[in-house]
Amino acid sequence: MATRYFGQRIRRNEDPRLLTGQALFTDDVNLPNTLHVAFYRSDYAHGKILSIDTEEAKKRPGVIGVYTAEDLGDYWQRGPLLVPPPPIKDIVFNERTQVPLAKDKICHAGEAVVMVVAESRYIAEDAVEDIEVDIDFLDAVVDIEKAMTDESPLVHDDIEKNIAAHVVQEKGSYSSIRDKAHTVISRKFIYDRGTAAAMENRGVVANWDERNQQLTVWDTTQAPIPIRNGLAAMLGLSQSQVRVIAPFIGGGFGPKIMMFYPEEVLIPWVSKQLKRPVKWIEDREENFFSTTHERGQVHEAEIAVAEDGKILGIHDVFVHDAGAYAPYGLTVPINSQCTLLGCYDVPNYYSEFTAVFTNKPIVTPYRGAGRQHGVFVMERLLDLAAQKLGMTPVEIRRKNFIPQDAFPYDNEIIYQDFSPLVYDSGNYEPALKRAVELIEYDKFIKEEQPRLLQEGKRVGIGIVSYVEGTGIGPYEGAKVSIDPSGKVSLVTGIGTQGQGHFTSFAQIVSEVLDVPVEDVRVVTGDTLEFGWGAGTFASRGAVVAGSACHEAALAVKKKIHKLASEILEASEDDLEVSGGNVQVKGVPDTAISLGELAAKANPLRGAVKPGTEPGLEATSYFGPSRGTTASGVHAMIVSVDPETFLVNIERYIVVHDCGRVINPMILDGQIQGGVAQGIGNAFYEQLFFDENGQLLNASFMDYLLPTSLDVPKIEGDHIETPSPLNPLGVKGAGEAGAIPVGALYAQAIENAFHDCNLEILEIPLSPNRLYEIISQNKTKEQI
Amino acid sequence: MKISLTVNGQKYERDVEPRMLLSDFLRHDLELTGTHVGCEHGVCGACTVLLNGEAVRACIIFAVQVDGEELTTVEGIGNVDNLHPIQEAFREKHALQCGFCTPGFLMTLVPFLKENPDPSEHEIREALSGNLCRCTGYQNIVDAVKLAAKSLT
Ligand code: FES
Ligand code: FES
Repeated sequence: MATRYFGQRIRRNEDPRLLTGQALFTDDVNLPNTLHVAFYRSDYAHGKILSIDTEEAKKRPGVIGVYTAEDLGDYWQRGPLLVPPPPIKDIVFNERTQVPLAKDKICHAGEAVVMVVAESRYIAEDAVEDIEVDIDFLDAVVDIEKAMTDESPLVHDDIEKNIAAHVVQEKGSYSSIRDKAHTVISRKFIYDRGTAAAMENRGVVANWDERNQQLTVWDTTQAPIPIRNGLAAMLGLSQSQVRVIAPFIGGGFGPKIMMFYPEEVLIPWVSKQLKRPVKWIEDREENFFSTTHERGQVHEAEIAVAEDGKILGIHDVFVHDAGAYAPYGLTVPINSQCTLLGCYDVPNYYSEFTAVFTNKPIVTPYRGAGRQHGVFVMERLLDLAAQKLGMTPVEIRRKNFIPQDAFPYDNEIIYQDFSPLVYDSGNYEPALKRAVELIEYDKFIKEEQPRLLQEGKRVGIGIVSYVEGTGIGPYEGAKVSIDPSGKVSLVTGIGTQGQGHFTSFAQIVSEVLDVPVEDVRVVTGDTLEFGWGAGTFASRGAVVAGSACHEAALAVKKKIHKLASEILEASEDDLEVSGGNVQVKGVPDTAISLGELAAKANPLRGAVKPGTEPGLEATSYFGPSRGTTASGVHAMIVSVDPETFLVNIERYIVVHDCGRVINPMILDGQIQGGVAQGIGNAFYEQLFFDENGQLLNASFMDYLLPTSLDVPKIEGDHIETPSPLNPLGVKGAGEAGAIPVGALYAQAIENAFHDCNLEILEIPLSPNRLYEIISQNKTKEQI
Repeated sequence: MKISLTVNGQKYERDVEPRMLLSDFLRHDLELTGTHVGCEHGVCGACTVLLNGEAVRACIIFAVQVDGEELTTVEGIGNVDNLHPIQEAFREKHALQCGFCTPGFLMTLVPFLKENPDPSEHEIREALSGNLCRCTGYQNIVDAVKLAAKSLT
């Protein structure tokens, strides 16, 4: 289909404002008379609160209020359970969600205990220093495997063995095929993750307007509408009295959709109490403790294969670190459980996991949301099996791909959206083939590697594949209207954190209405403008909200045809919309501009026909029946310095399939950025906790984000397998770059040391860790 | 303490506490909110501004230290209708996603490209390595710098 806007590399509408410092971020909201908040946060991970002394703080000049859990009265409530457990048989689920301020017990370091409100942030922080909290320390639950033992201390006194959840999902019968397998390989895998570290920390500004009885909240959230709904309920207001604005947001990546962070509950409340604007902006240190993380899993996994490399079955038992509270239910471990199956036809699968509470900050989805963990286990098992069977990593993957004619493909287990895990469409073989070509796999193995090895260089190649469940429900909506000026306004409910929605959504509408992309003004994330929807998560913006934009644009186009057919006295079928006009096909003389038509659709005098709706405006909703499955292959060549164990990426290839592409420039940017985060996760970033549950590296000095010297140029290609589940044929792309990077590092490094019998069974790595692993296995000469 | 300074060509006189950070002063007192704060400890570079033409980090300087000096922030290098060539190149090459780190990158690059009008890829990457971006993976920023270098000469 010939397109003018959809699928084009179009510059972004939002950029001029962002480039000139004119875009409004939450911390840029500067209302007169604003009060500022700082929190007293626990220095310790686990303990009983014996007493809190705030007297000195209250006396400090400039302090307006000091609040503990007691002071909140009935407003003190646990946060809601965002995602209830899916309908899986025999599931064990012990709900425990976070609190606005710790009451009797501290469950993780950094948990907020006291809120101070003052005339400036400087004064508020001084007053925090005045506060004395007496804590009876308890042993902390840190190690996730020990957490489940009888001897372990308890994070929540009434939850035995710290078990947050226990889930078994099964397809076929692993036990029945195990004995028949040619080869069975079992290993223990450890996959730890870090923190999203969006460049903008979180923040909330609230303004209760007493005269208008109206609350306005600016919030760095990925889900303004659910925040509004929740706040209205908590504060006893009607939804129309609460307006939540998620303005420009400096990166989200998952943790900015927590609902509700304590600060999101407290700042609006205190603004209402004090009848003044109140602002809290997280600092970077707070971010390390009080914004959610994504962290460790330990898998004991086994693969059973036939002689020809065909997978007979997978058996996996894993433990998942939920942190101190689990507001997100099982989303992360279920993603791991489901995504493990990858692009492969696995006839028998047994997967069991236990999620445990620990005295560490809360775990919620962060870009990839547990998918990395599953992909790591599967890809590593395949590599180990290939080695045993004398196959290459490429061969064993090709052997096991779900064939193109097998879609929709049912994995017979339940996904995080509660629907059966059915892949809608896919075509994996061409992506693998393309990646092999682009990275010149055979040439590298046959010529380059032996040559470089002779020169004393350690170089290795890796190639892995993955799927990503994207674009899940429930629904999103969009409103499209044409102004009398001829410009189009497009409003959706989801928030935007840099994904280019101001442009990609505009492109979808431009394609239908044939107006320039710059003439479509997009508004996102303001509940006053649009009040229905769920939020930006699970790579669903383009799929779900994008489809709603498309439907709304089509509905407007229908209205254009209808009204124009009356005015032009022509049949609707004879009309065309093009170049900002509607006209009788091929008769430019009849053209009416869309602006003029919009004005006619809103008469100020005279009579209209019964049932007439004014304006050229339509609102549509889209809810997919289930998520769509994107996929891809990543390949890379690394060189490892045998002295320092620094790993340098020589080449990195991504061949990705996310269905039809709305804007390839934006898509490539998402992939490049996703891979950069994957690289950080695989080789640079790790949160270190000591045995007391103390986070040891809570600053950018000690928690290393990849820089411009660490991230290479990502080369690649796209395969387009449209999704049948939405009118645009699109699939989500936001997380794909980040998912398989750990598995890829492991394979490529092993390959660089292929003569050393090395096994990499953990992520993240680092030069130090790599040195340790290699020297455990090998003598110096072999390195 | 009373201080007077010039920001983006405009003179300001203000009374500030000695402990007021320059980043807070610019953002809150002067309402020049284009300068962003990502870490408050001098690592991320989001708060980069020009002090007498040189790139500095506003989060680790006190406002009183710039008394009598001349500053430039992102608001001073271009505007929506008239982007600076580096801003233009960023837009062209999709060198920003959320845009939060962007002002800091731009302010690092203005003096860099002045001193080094024809940088190699490696020099560019070195120059950018003190600024963190969590969204883009840097490649498009590198490409934008190359493009800007071309259009500036
Ligand atoms: S905010 Fe100044 S360097 Fe990060
Ligand atoms: S564009 Fe988001 S941090 Fe750089």
